[in-house]
Amino acid sequence: MPRSLLTRRRLLSSLALGGASLLAGCDRLSQSPSFQEILGEWLNYKAQRVLVGSALAREYTAAEMSPDFRTNGNTRPRSDDWNRLAASNFADWRLMVDGLVEAPQSFSLAELRNMPSRTQITRHDCVEGWSAIGQWTGVPLAAVLDRVRLSPNARFIVLHCADDFSGTPYYESIDLVDAFHPQTILAYGMNGDVLPIGHGAPLRLRVERQLGYKHAKFIMRVEAVESLAGIGGGRGGFWEDAGSYYWYAGV
Amino acid sequence: MPDIEYGAAFPKTSAYDQRIVFRHRLSTRLWHWTNAVVFFVMLMSGLMIFNAHPRLYWGQYGANPDPAWLEIGSDGQHGFLRIGELTIDTTGVLGLWSDASGLHARAFPSWATIPSWYDLALSRHWHLTFAWLFAGGILLYGVWSVLNGHLRRDLAPRPAELKPGHLLADIKAHATLSFPRGEAARNYNTLQKLAYLAVLGVLLPVMILAGLAMSPAMDAAWPWLLDLFGGRQSARSIHFIAAFLLVLFVVVHLTMVVLAGPVNEIRSMITGRYRLPKETP
Repeated sequence: MPRSLLTRRRLLSSLALGGASLLAGCDRLSQSPSFQEILGEWLNYKAQRVLVGSALAREYTAAEMSPDFRTNGNTRPRSDDWNRLAASNFADWRLMVDGLVEAPQSFSLAELRNMPSRTQITRHDCVEGWSAIGQWTGVPLAAVLDRVRLSPNARFIVLHCADDFSGTPYYESIDLVDAFHPQTILAYGMNGDVLPIGHGAPLRLRVERQLGYKHAKFIMRVEAVESLAGIGGGRGGFWEDAGSYYWYAGV
Repeated sequence: MPDIEYGAAFPKTSAYDQRIVFRHRLSTRLWHWTNAVVFFVMLMSGLMIFNAHPRLYWGQYGANPDPAWLEIGSDGQHGFLRIGELTIDTTGVLGLWSDASGLHARAFPSWATIPSWYDLALSRHWHLTFAWLFAGGILLYGVWSVLNGHLRRDLAPRPAELKPGHLLADIKAHATLSFPRGEAARNYNTLQKLAYLAVLGVLLPVMILAGLAMSPAMDAAWPWLLDLFGGRQSARSIHFIAAFLLVLFVVVHLTMVVLAGPVNEIRSMITGRYRLPKETP
């Protein structure tokens, strides 16, 4: 029936045309900052906080570990200061813990090792999609924060790092729910050895219920703040500032 | 429904001896068009997310040093899709392709992804925002379809329809592209019912759960997700396979719409009113 064939052809070509213009529309929307705001992570954050509560991330057995745990992001900071510290095996390295705390304090690696420790075999999930399972040993962030006593107005914990991308320093931040979670540790050991440089020596964050980019490496300073607005680009982390990645990376 | 009953004959309005019946409820139509948008956005933003690490694994872990069962890549000269031992040259479509901005060594091409350029963060915004639309839609539709009898009356096959003889006849009817006419066209046919139920009851739940299993926070909340799929990387693989099966479903669905009479079919999904095809003499 020629009449209906014509209709079908017209329909198909207009569908194709419509599809192409819809795609162009998606691209235009993607470039609009206000659209990115609408597509925010607020709902994910709120929903997961309710659903997940204080649940623990799965811990694995030694047999389930990745035979080869790949590195990612920066594998060695370029800063002279950090390289000097690395040259003496971080003997002179100190972790500064300050900001909205009652007793700001710095810790040597030996002091951190003498604090309560936790070892966990957990899965590292990169935002790109891959996963690796490794064993981490460190001091619970909660134990460090208890030493310096958080001020009541502290709402976020910021991790300042020694590495940078094109001169912009890496940093990350988490809320207090994750900061005081028992599996959130400042790790100085990996797979039964000292934390390798490629994985963030001398100290990296493990925040097991979030994606890999939250697990800041090469940590130099832990700062308690009330707002993330004044730090870096104001969105709470290097990738959050640089590429509009979610600050809350539970998904 | 004010003046017409569900399935009631509509007064003759055309010169043809064909009756117009009310075929699709408002809830079905709303969900259909929500999904039409959600499907394409989630598929294409999903392909962009896949582009960030175009390798699939089985098990709890899986990264570059580990063996991938599926990989899309490029050796610089050719694009390839590798599934197990089988490698297919996909230059121009997958792995290595060109668009207006030049040659790209990337898994899925720009015309198939949202956004069209490489941007993992943005594709995640699209994917995870439309996931909420999808979740809200399927929840409302699911509850409503049970309450208003859509599931029982229109989707669940009757015992007689599942008899081998009937199934065989339906398969034959599909294979010869002879579509139901007259009164028989008023209801979904058996294969159609089974396809819809498979998507609603199996594919979409698997898709949703495998998606949730990729969230490290959800894995903490519901550790059974990891056991259900055999690990996060298995869940990622299954999510990808389920997406591929959904694409197949949509291709078949659209083909059937075109073959069965696109104007009548699309109108029925917009207004609810469907013109019963004339009985063959």
